[in-house]
Parts: sequence; structure tokens; C-alpha cells
Amino acid sequence: MKISVIITLKKDVLDPQGKVIHQTLDGMGFDDVNEVRQGKYFEIDTKETDKDKAKAKVEEMCKKLLANLVIENYKIIDPK
Amino acid sequence: MKSSVITFPGSNCDRDIDVALKKFGFKNKMVWHTDAELPKSDLVVLPGGFSYGDYLRCGSMASKSKIMHSVINFANSGGMVMGICNGFQILVETGLVPGVLLRNKYLEFICKNVFVKINDKKNKYFKNVDNEVLEFHIAHNEGNYFCTNDQLKEIEDNNQIAINYCDENGKIEDQFNPNGSIKNIAGIFNKEKNVLGMMPHPERMIDASLSGDDGSLFFKNLINNLK
Repeated sequence: MKISVIITLKKDVLDPQGKVIHQTLDGMGFDDVNEVRQGKYFEIDTKETDKDKAKAKVEEMCKKLLANLVIENYKIIDPK
Repeated sequence: MKSSVITFPGSNCDRDIDVALKKFGFKNKMVWHTDAELPKSDLVVLPGGFSYGDYLRCGSMASKSKIMHSVINFANSGGMVMGICNGFQILVETGLVPGVLLRNKYLEFICKNVFVKINDKKNKYFKNVDNEVLEFHIAHNEGNYFCTNDQLKEIEDNNQIAINYCDENGKIEDQFNPNGSIKNIAGIFNKEKNVLGMMPHPERMIDASLSGDDGSLFFKNLINNLK
């Protein structure tokens, strides 16, 4: 089963890369952008076949390794 | 005094710190990250470098390596653990010291000498250092210290800030902050002050004819404090 996770920086954490991307977009003519925040995307292919169990495992992975909860939030996307 | 330096895949300041520790009288052992047990040590150092190529987040992979279980137990039982640069990043990922290290504010890799002011001398790292200000070297891309407001309050209440970026006279101002760190924080302790994480490299300042001598002050003092 494939489970996806999106990790984003929390609202109050400075994202200098997002800022530079925003500025560049601005310079390219995409001048209606309010803000850009950069994040990370993971696809985890697990042997687990039970959807709830798999999601619980991935949540544990997020807490222990994939995200640093001081600065990041994680969102697990339901497997299809 | 016995010390151990942990080498992770991608560490590149492990030999420098080995040279520095030996120069000032430590009997140092190099320890590979897959080892399970630490040798008997009075001080454990996590060196600078780019462990695991800085994948995911700097220090995150190394913080989960086999030897780190022993290092964490050692620290929790009061052992002296110092993390320099990438070693500091590894320490924050273990949770032994609070906060995180973000990408530098202006997205540049910074490599230069800096001055740091010692904020607290009631600990074995800086006790009896005569100077208030030391000149060290920094070389990092992710040294921008960040923590939550609650953490910052706790850190300040417990006097856990070890050193702050400053000018040569010890003035702590925004213009002397190289990387955007909260409150110009360059190094921080755990609550008990046996664990120190800092971005600057004292081991690069142990020879006046090459770079500077303030690292010598630091290491001479450290070994005396541990005796």
C-alpha cells in the first residue's frame, strides 16, 4: 500500500527558500502571488495491507523521523 | 582525561577535533557510528561535517544511528557531551538540547571568523575562562537557531544560552548575527549543562600562527574543569 505524506513548515517559521521562490515568480510576471511556502513530499510503500494500521505506522514515522515537530506539520494523505 | 569522538558517514571535522583534544591532554578515541558501546569517556564529542549528506534535515539520520543510544544514555546520566556544528544539529535532533537549526537567513553558506560572548560560566565548559569574548570560526548552511516562544522562555529562565554572536567588544546586536539565530544564539546547553551544542568550531582556533588561539583557551580550560 502506498501512503503519501506532506510536510510543511509551521506558520510562524521563517521560510527563506519560499520567499526567494516568491520573489522569482514575481520577477517572471506571476505578480498575483500572496505567499509561497516550500515543503516536502514522501511516498511510502508499505507491506501493511490494512489502511488504518498503515496510516498509524506512517504517523509514527512522521513523529519519530520524517518531521521535526518544533518547526514542521505533517499531513498523511489517504491511500487510494 | 578520556574523550571519544564519534565519526558518522560524512563527518569531516572528526580529525581536527581529535588533534585539538590530544594537543591539550585528552586521551582520545575515535568511535564509529555503528558501534553499540561508548568507550569509557569523560567527554564525548559529536564533530562537524555533513553526516548522511544532510539528507532530510541536517543531523536527523545521524541522531538515529546505533551509537547514539549510548551517547543519549551517557548524557542523561550526567556525562559531558559536546556537539560542534553538525554535531549541534545532531544534538537538537535527539532532543538533548532544545530547538532546531534552520537554513541561514540569507540562504548563504557562511564561512568566517566570529566573536562570541560567553553567557554563562556556571558550567564545566566555560568555568574559569578569563575572557568574556572568544574568537571562533563558523562554517555552516543551517545554523539559524530557532525555538518556540515557550522553549525560549524556559531556556532563558534556566540560563541555558551558552554563547551569543557579538562584536569584538562583546556587544550583542543584530548586525553581528551571521545567520538569523534567535537572540544571536550560537550555542546552547541542556538544563543540567552537561550537554553543549554550538555552531562555532573551537578546534579551528588552536594555533596562533594558523588561525587563532581562543580555541586553545577553551580546551585548556575544559580539561582542567574535568579533572
